Amino acid sequence: MSLLKSREALLGGAILVLLVLIASRFPGFVAPDNLVRVFTDTSPLLILALGQTVVILTRCIDLSVAANLALTGMVCAMLNAALPGLPVAVILVVAVALGAVMGMVNGLLVWTLSIPSIVVTLGTMTIYRGIIFLISNGAWVNAHEMSDAFTGFPRASILGLPVLAWFGILAAVGMMVMISRTPLGRAFYAVGGNPHAAVYTGISVGKTQFWAFTLSGALAGLCGYLWVARYAVAYVDIAGGFELEVVAACVIGGISIAGGAGTILGTILGALFLGIVKNALPVVDVSPFWQMAISGTAIIVAVTLNNRNSKGKGRIILRRAQDQASEGATV
Amino acid sequence: MSDASLTPRSIPDRLHSPAARLLASWELLLLVVAVAIFIANTLASPYFLNAWNLSDATFNFTEKAMIAFAMALLIIAGEIDLSVAAIIALASTAMGAAASVGVGTPGLVAIGLATGLTCGAFNGVLVTRMGLPSIVVTIGTMSLFRGISFIVLGDGAYRDYPSDFAYFGQGYVFWVISFEFVLFALLAGIYYVLLHRTNFGRTVYAIGNNHTAAQFSGIRVARVKFILFLLTGLMSGVAAICLTSRLGSTRPSIGTGWELEVVTMVVLGGVSILGGAGSIPGVVIAAFVMGLVTFGLGLLNVPGIVMSIFIGLMLIGVIALPRLWKMWRA
Amino acid sequence: MQMSVESRQFEKVSAETPVLELRDITKTFPGVKALDGVSLELYPGQVTALIGENGAGKSTLVKTLTGIYQPDEGAIHVAGEPVVFATAQDASAAGITAIHQETVLFDELTVAENIFIGHAPRGRFGLIDWKIMRTRAAEILTRIGAALDPDTPLRDLGIASKHLVAIARALSVDARVVVMDEPTAALSHKEIEELYELVDRLKAEGRAILFISHKFDEVFRIADRYTVFRDGTHVGAGLMADVTESDLVKMMVGRDVNQIFPERAKAPGDEVLKVVGYAHPTEFEDITFTLRRGEILGFYGLVGAGRSEVMQALFGITKPSKGVTRIDGQIKVIRSPAEAVEAGIVYVPEDRGKQGAVIGLPIFQNVTLPSLSQTSRSGFLRLSEEFALARAYTERLDLRAAALDQDVGNLSGGNQQKVVIAKWLATKPRVIILDEPTKGIDIGSKAAVHAFMAELAAERLSVIMVSSEIPEVLGMSDRVIVMREGLIAAELEGDDLTPETLVRHAAGIGESA
Repeated sequence: MSLLKSREALLGGAILVLLVLIASRFPGFVAPDNLVRVFTDTSPLLILALGQTVVILTRCIDLSVAANLALTGMVCAMLNAALPGLPVAVILVVAVALGAVMGMVNGLLVWTLSIPSIVVTLGTMTIYRGIIFLISNGAWVNAHEMSDAFTGFPRASILGLPVLAWFGILAAVGMMVMISRTPLGRAFYAVGGNPHAAVYTGISVGKTQFWAFTLSGALAGLCGYLWVARYAVAYVDIAGGFELEVVAACVIGGISIAGGAGTILGTILGALFLGIVKNALPVVDVSPFWQMAISGTAIIVAVTLNNRNSKGKGRIILRRAQDQASEGATV
Repeated sequence: MSDASLTPRSIPDRLHSPAARLLASWELLLLVVAVAIFIANTLASPYFLNAWNLSDATFNFTEKAMIAFAMALLIIAGEIDLSVAAIIALASTAMGAAASVGVGTPGLVAIGLATGLTCGAFNGVLVTRMGLPSIVVTIGTMSLFRGISFIVLGDGAYRDYPSDFAYFGQGYVFWVISFEFVLFALLAGIYYVLLHRTNFGRTVYAIGNNHTAAQFSGIRVARVKFILFLLTGLMSGVAAICLTSRLGSTRPSIGTGWELEVVTMVVLGGVSILGGAGSIPGVVIAAFVMGLVTFGLGLLNVPGIVMSIFIGLMLIGVIALPRLWKMWRA
Repeated sequence: MQMSVESRQFEKVSAETPVLELRDITKTFPGVKALDGVSLELYPGQVTALIGENGAGKSTLVKTLTGIYQPDEGAIHVAGEPVVFATAQDASAAGITAIHQETVLFDELTVAENIFIGHAPRGRFGLIDWKIMRTRAAEILTRIGAALDPDTPLRDLGIASKHLVAIARALSVDARVVVMDEPTAALSHKEIEELYELVDRLKAEGRAILFISHKFDEVFRIADRYTVFRDGTHVGAGLMADVTESDLVKMMVGRDVNQIFPERAKAPGDEVLKVVGYAHPTEFEDITFTLRRGEILGFYGLVGAGRSEVMQALFGITKPSKGVTRIDGQIKVIRSPAEAVEAGIVYVPEDRGKQGAVIGLPIFQNVTLPSLSQTSRSGFLRLSEEFALARAYTERLDLRAAALDQDVGNLSGGNQQKVVIAKWLATKPRVIILDEPTKGIDIGSKAAVHAFMAELAAERLSVIMVSSEIPEVLGMSDRVIVMREGLIAAELEGDDLTPETLVRHAAGIGESA
């Protein structure tokens, strides 16, 4: 437990130091208004990273999330353009359902045909992008084609926070409850930690992975609508390459790519870290072109630190060593 | 342990003849697909069967295939390098910076190759010395390498390459045979020999099938993997030279997304993403298949993004179909 | 010896009805009939021992019983009612629980969760109730006398504690039937006694217990009934009171067996290997011994005494923190298996599938893997020479295979072991270390491996044999080093070499007295 805590504490500390450093020269950055803006801006990354987390926990990876987001976003935008009267609630349902279906396609291929997830989602990523072109003919859906209700929804303010930020909070809280309090949530850890043993406890590895992909897909679909509505534009290439940023947030948050280890809190912090860096760069007058290299460095540092924490201890045979170990740890 | 004590031969060398194995091989199936696509293209467009057009078409895959050869070895050994396209960007940026201060073509080539090797060594150290998972490491270095290009270039570009530098990407060795195609063929031969005809290649397969047992058999697993990362970096450097020469300019976004296309090519070629199996002929044929599909659909005015649907379907289909077939028969 | 179905009817002298019955269960895997019409009955308040050699079908039966495998034919009845177990959860719901041979636990989850995963207590909205889960976990742990905190992550526990968690897990369901698949394999003597007490308590509570073990003393100590399997068939069942050990052995192997070890002239030559003061921070200390030409040196000890760890350090896989290796008097620094092979030390590991054979590569490529420099020319492969080398050594070991280009994964355990040994002989080693060389292979292959070891020693190769089987250690070794808790407990030779001395030193009995 102490290890897990320290991993998140370390990242939380790093974020605080970062904020203090920025604030020391640019106090405006930590003003509540601006922090809300930063959080809102980070919410899509956060929501996608939460979905990616459960996928990675089950020893898989979902490279199709950004393409899923773009395709769902395009469908929502076209739906809105064709039927401007359609309530946003319906569009939300369509977005989540469509995203979930795309996640299910990934999940089914992984589950029933045991195709490695990296191959499946590499394939569906290009297919989903291609389909956007097919349905849109390569055309953009622009702001003037969208209804005010459609574009206004993510920005509407509830209790001082935009709806987009509320979705980020809701997803984070919901995911925390799901992961810690439901059998499916615990199954994600079991399947990734020891798939062989999971079978012995009556947990189906493939089915659990299927639900992880479904969840990831549904959240990507939700983001699809939010993204398109927020930026008030939909085209083939939106969120291009975003899947790797999502994976980066998870890795920085301490989710082990080998599966079965990591926490939702870690993912939240990982996403916030990337979001703060991205938003702080223009403020501290560093070219935004630095962002990519910084996030790359953060990934390498994070995975190096995590690895050091989780080095295997080997068998403890000597009595002397056993005594030391039991003093240090348990009971 | 004298030879006299050896009993006479009773276990045959081979269960099936090499010819029988070839008939049941993935490579042959892929070759049939390639020929079918070639015929379909010939029938669909009158412009397809033209020496110059076909020569142009090879540029669709030669640079990616050069990286794919090294990537195939790396994936067979159970690792992956997603930073290859970022290495192209960094190597190209390094060459562009050197060219802008008047470095000549030989110097540029050396810088391109050295950048590739350095990046490969960086990945290799992180994976083999620190014991980190290669997929995460190279997602990180992919951002880092390309990030450095962005820091250096921003939204600018390098264009001042010496005129003889253009030969690598635009030159022809003989008639319609481009320099790139010759290099591609040469590298295919070299990698074929390396993987299938040398002790080194054998250890790559052993590591990919069971790296613990390979280590327990006295193979220096870390060293072999490090060399493979070096090779992947080096080939990315070679590809960077060809691509930069062909485009005549460097932007930090050069080769974006190529890492996934290279992996697709390798997997399509029958290399198991889980390691341990695959061949260079398979990757060569897969390169032609991807090139032909792109080129053929291009002639029919089908946009590139739609072609990617075909590539995606093929990628999943080639793995799914044999498994579905097995399930259906069972 | 085959007992007919009719004769078994007589055995039901007591008027009790079985709580669980398996009738004519058949389970086939590609190429193997793992179970062929077997039956089994378990009675409340009684321990039934399931006895059979490796490969007799015991593990398949356990997996069928717990819903991991589904039988091709036959029926399972619980309390007289036919049932179908589609998943492990179905079996658990029917009151069948198992302590599996491998610890099937999750390192990243806590002790409490490991005990309850799959059937965690739920509270409001169907959410997992952690509070109740912790309390109930603590209760069960107290019941089995395990001083563990329910909130400890499993990865912080040692092997023995993990085993206790596995037992607690099995008891977390109110089970009518408890299956124990070689539950004592990883436990110390004290823990084994505690397990026996637990079994007695479960019996008193009226639960039926299926106890799988290789150890006859154990079976006679706690079982009321026996069932014997051989090659996937049912060969006998009855009351323990009616049989002797040799009856059971006969049923098990289908013939009288007196394990015969090859006669050897014991004439060790010069010192080949000398290990001085090997130590590791957590695994072993003060390891000093010598090995002579043509000698077989046995390493005996309980499971987890540190024998394999010492051997792996000698082979360069782990790094000792202290110590020197001398070969023919010269100091050799061995930092990797590659350097060990160069120095003439080779290692046949216990875990054949993970560390020994490269499954996925053909037989001949496995054999030539460390000898590629012999069969190649300036780094280029020469297949004909590879086949020749592989054939020479595999045929000497009497390998049974369809062809040399067959995947080594398709061979039986015994034949895989032959490939691994052939691989090392082809390097012409000076010292060969065999770690549990006959574990999990059939009796016929065992004899072949023993004969071959004797032959190697006669050819003046030096052999280190790590073994947990007393007959094997006594029958094969010129000299035996006994290890306990990472230390050398004794070095035995000649008249000192008896089953009693081995067990005494391995368990540390009578030392403090």
